[in-house]
Amino acid sequence: MSLPASSGGLGRWLGDHIAQIVLIPTLLASFAYVVLFSVWTFWLSVSTSTMLPDPTFSGFGEYAALWQSKRWTVSFSNLFVFGTFYVIGAMVVGTLLAILIDQRVKFEAVWRTIFLYPLAISFIVTGTVWRWIFHPQTGVELALHDMGWISAQFDWITDRDLALYVVVITAIWHASGFAMALILAGLRSVDGDIVKAAQIDGASVPRTYARVILPTIWPIFLAVAVVLLQFAIKTYDLVVALTQGGPGVATTVPAIVVFDLMFERGQIAQGSAAAVMILVALGIVLIPYALYMRWRKRQEGGDHG
Amino acid sequence: MSSLEIKDLRKRFGNVEVLKNINLAADSGEFIALVGPSGCGKSTLLAMIAGLESVSSGEIRIDGRVVNDAAPKNRDIAMVFQSYALYPTMTVRENMSFGMESRRVPKAEQATTIARVAEMLQIEPLLNRKPSQLSGGQRQRVAMGRALVRDPKLFLFDEPLSNLDAKLRIEMRAEIKRLHDTVGKTTVYVTHDQVEAMTLASRIAVMFGGVLQQYDTPREIYRNPVNRFVAGFMGSPTMNFLDATVGEGGLVLDGGAVVPLLPDQFPRLSTGRKVVWGVRPEHFSPAAERRAERRGGVSVPIKAQVDMLEPTGAETILFTRISGQKALISVDADDAPEAGAPTQMAVDMGKTCLFDPETDLRL
Amino acid sequence: MAETTHADFDALSTGSLRRRITAKAIVYALLTVFALFYLMPIVIILANTLRPLDDIVRTGFIAWPADPSLSHWAEAWSTFCIGGTCEGVSRYFKNSLAMAIPATIISTMLGLINGYILSKWRFRGADLLFGLITLGVFLPPQMTLLPWAWVLGNVGLSNTISGLILVHVVQGVSFTTLFCRNYFLAIPDDLIKAARIDGAGFWRIFRRIVLPLSPPIVIVAVIWQFTGIWNEFLFGTIFTSGDKQPITAAIVAFSGSGTGERHYNVEAAAVIMAALPPLFIYLVGGKYFVRGLTSGAVK
Repeated sequence: MSLPASSGGLGRWLGDHIAQIVLIPTLLASFAYVVLFSVWTFWLSVSTSTMLPDPTFSGFGEYAALWQSKRWTVSFSNLFVFGTFYVIGAMVVGTLLAILIDQRVKFEAVWRTIFLYPLAISFIVTGTVWRWIFHPQTGVELALHDMGWISAQFDWITDRDLALYVVVITAIWHASGFAMALILAGLRSVDGDIVKAAQIDGASVPRTYARVILPTIWPIFLAVAVVLLQFAIKTYDLVVALTQGGPGVATTVPAIVVFDLMFERGQIAQGSAAAVMILVALGIVLIPYALYMRWRKRQEGGDHG
Repeated sequence: MSSLEIKDLRKRFGNVEVLKNINLAADSGEFIALVGPSGCGKSTLLAMIAGLESVSSGEIRIDGRVVNDAAPKNRDIAMVFQSYALYPTMTVRENMSFGMESRRVPKAEQATTIARVAEMLQIEPLLNRKPSQLSGGQRQRVAMGRALVRDPKLFLFDEPLSNLDAKLRIEMRAEIKRLHDTVGKTTVYVTHDQVEAMTLASRIAVMFGGVLQQYDTPREIYRNPVNRFVAGFMGSPTMNFLDATVGEGGLVLDGGAVVPLLPDQFPRLSTGRKVVWGVRPEHFSPAAERRAERRGGVSVPIKAQVDMLEPTGAETILFTRISGQKALISVDADDAPEAGAPTQMAVDMGKTCLFDPETDLRL
Repeated sequence: MAETTHADFDALSTGSLRRRITAKAIVYALLTVFALFYLMPIVIILANTLRPLDDIVRTGFIAWPADPSLSHWAEAWSTFCIGGTCEGVSRYFKNSLAMAIPATIISTMLGLINGYILSKWRFRGADLLFGLITLGVFLPPQMTLLPWAWVLGNVGLSNTISGLILVHVVQGVSFTTLFCRNYFLAIPDDLIKAARIDGAGFWRIFRRIVLPLSPPIVIVAVIWQFTGIWNEFLFGTIFTSGDKQPITAAIVAFSGSGTGERHYNVEAAAVIMAALPPLFIYLVGGKYFVRGLTSGAVK
């Protein structure tokens, strides 16, 4: 609503603009946080900074150096593999769980609570616990040996080729409940008459889901995928607690490289360049999605009025 | 002195002018209805009177004082919303006292005012309930009660009955009329329902496209609409508009039928001029009845081809073609002719009107 | 929402009795298998908090507990050695509380006020400003590490819990503003108009009309903020050190340093302690937790 403009008096002016005035502290903080901090980090990435920040401009050399470093390219391809398996895995498991719970099961709240609780637990705790389970000296392998299966081998976490999948499994354990919760909410919003119509048309239950129910909630799948991708790109704590990026660089992800460059190796400029690359990756996921959502909203708005 | 006066009022949203030069005045104690189709600007006008929208140019006076820049709370008004806008977390009593608290009315006075208004509206048993525990009609009463405790200079109603079912709407319409008669405050009432406007208002402002089309008593608006829009909007079923040309012996309808004009009815019309002939469905009657004559008017015979009947109970609507043009005729149920046959009707000629097909203005 | 939703209709309840029973049996069997997989880690860790160390070292984590004892919990809480100091995790637990509680309260209050302004007192450009504030939700923390380090250093909050509170409030306001603004959009504008005509101003409308309608979103914001801040690791490990660290950083400090003798049972108890507060909040307010997820993600 636009308010009647008023004339005269500072008190009056303050009264009329109180909303804007109250918002100022948050706006300043948000502006500093979102804009200034980003520009700052970007500036560091094109500066000569090493151990300490140094504002002298030096160009985009650190970006080139970053993309030539093996560690960074490996971390990016790790992120790609991890992100793909993680997003698809969490969504498949989440969809399956949502459909199972959707069958009017008894104690629905209990099942939901069980599948969603990992999300309340920190990545640090999650990673620590699963490291113990996956580690051959403390976890599954040892248990199998004790049960008499001496030749059993389960050492993915120390295997360069398989360690990344340990991260994937753990991350799916953590996030599939999230996918389940959102998809279940979507399933519950589907018009019941459509489902009845499909039943009368003779569709089996799996076919009803595949052809009628799930396609109507595809925007939810898109939203879940975007959020999970965003989680994947920001992944840091989980890997630190689970594998510390190893063995070697087998599970190193971009966020770990940023930390190392900035705080361990005294290469602030290159670390900043790596941070900017993470921002770019997020932008590649989020900007098209945001634009698409706006476009869709406008389309719907046009339909209604 | 007028208790509400609006002069040369305009409202722009960006480049769009939604209200164009509105002029309107209400005498003290009057009941003004703002009526028009959705998007005509009536709700914006009400919001500007309330102070919820700013004025782009022009002037709004309440009791002689210019209130253009006054905050809503300083305008001495009360408003009933379409959604009722009852505060959901407060009881009915708290809803009614909230405004008085803001105004620092002493507690004892608050209590007596609430008691008086609650009695007037018969909502005493509801005072300690929350809005969610009330029926639609009860919420409507509470919303009015919240406005009444204020004892304002001006009452504003924004489509207050549109969320009620048909039966309740008629009941509450009568209730609003009774309250206005009791309280006697100047009231501005926005509605898209022309029946509400006709039954409640002392004067009706018909709006369309941001322009005030006509501002007059219900009787004048019904009898003498200034243009084709007003004529068509007010009245149900809507007025028939038949294309015609002025001829020697009267109106020649497109399609060939001739309707004799009354002597001196439209003296200035030159022969050959294109016109639109407006006839309300209720101004037809079966030819044999000669109803117009009994009221001192003149009826003119006209032939109508009846295609379909729509009985509504007391009266029957005839879907007809007159001289090949579609027309609705409303007759007493007992007088309804057979469908599928031509029938002879009579038109109360004195109550029909002519419009310019170019400007839509009444001739 | 549709008149009848899918939830009102049980597709598996049609057809012959035998078919129905088989279908339901498959559903429950699958649910049980998944539930065991989800519960396994927490059960294993809980069991190991009770086991003697030599038993764990010999048979690993996945074994039936023998000689259960609660003593490792006490040790983990108050005497276990982390990074040279032997005070258990109690200090870090308290650090996390001292960080998460104020940061949650402040960011939630700011979010309520911002949301109120951005939904009910909209002015030209309000949507743009809302966009700016919510960008903070998506900004990767790596972009803010060095600027924060500089800011905290220059205002004298390096290696302090107050510094972490500041960091979490600024980041958290993005979330709480997003939650509250979207929630308040559903409050009819007519209510605010009615209150203004009733003579109420900015703060009175907030206090008397908006706040009484806010408990659901306050619960969502509090749960979400507390859980997020408690579980956060990166800021905690970079901006604090030693005995100022939150519990997530402390856990990595003792369990990550691979050398020396491991006290798995005590570590397991410490890990459980780190997980308990958010778990407790989740179990108490699960419904709101899900609601926060939905409103945060679908936006």
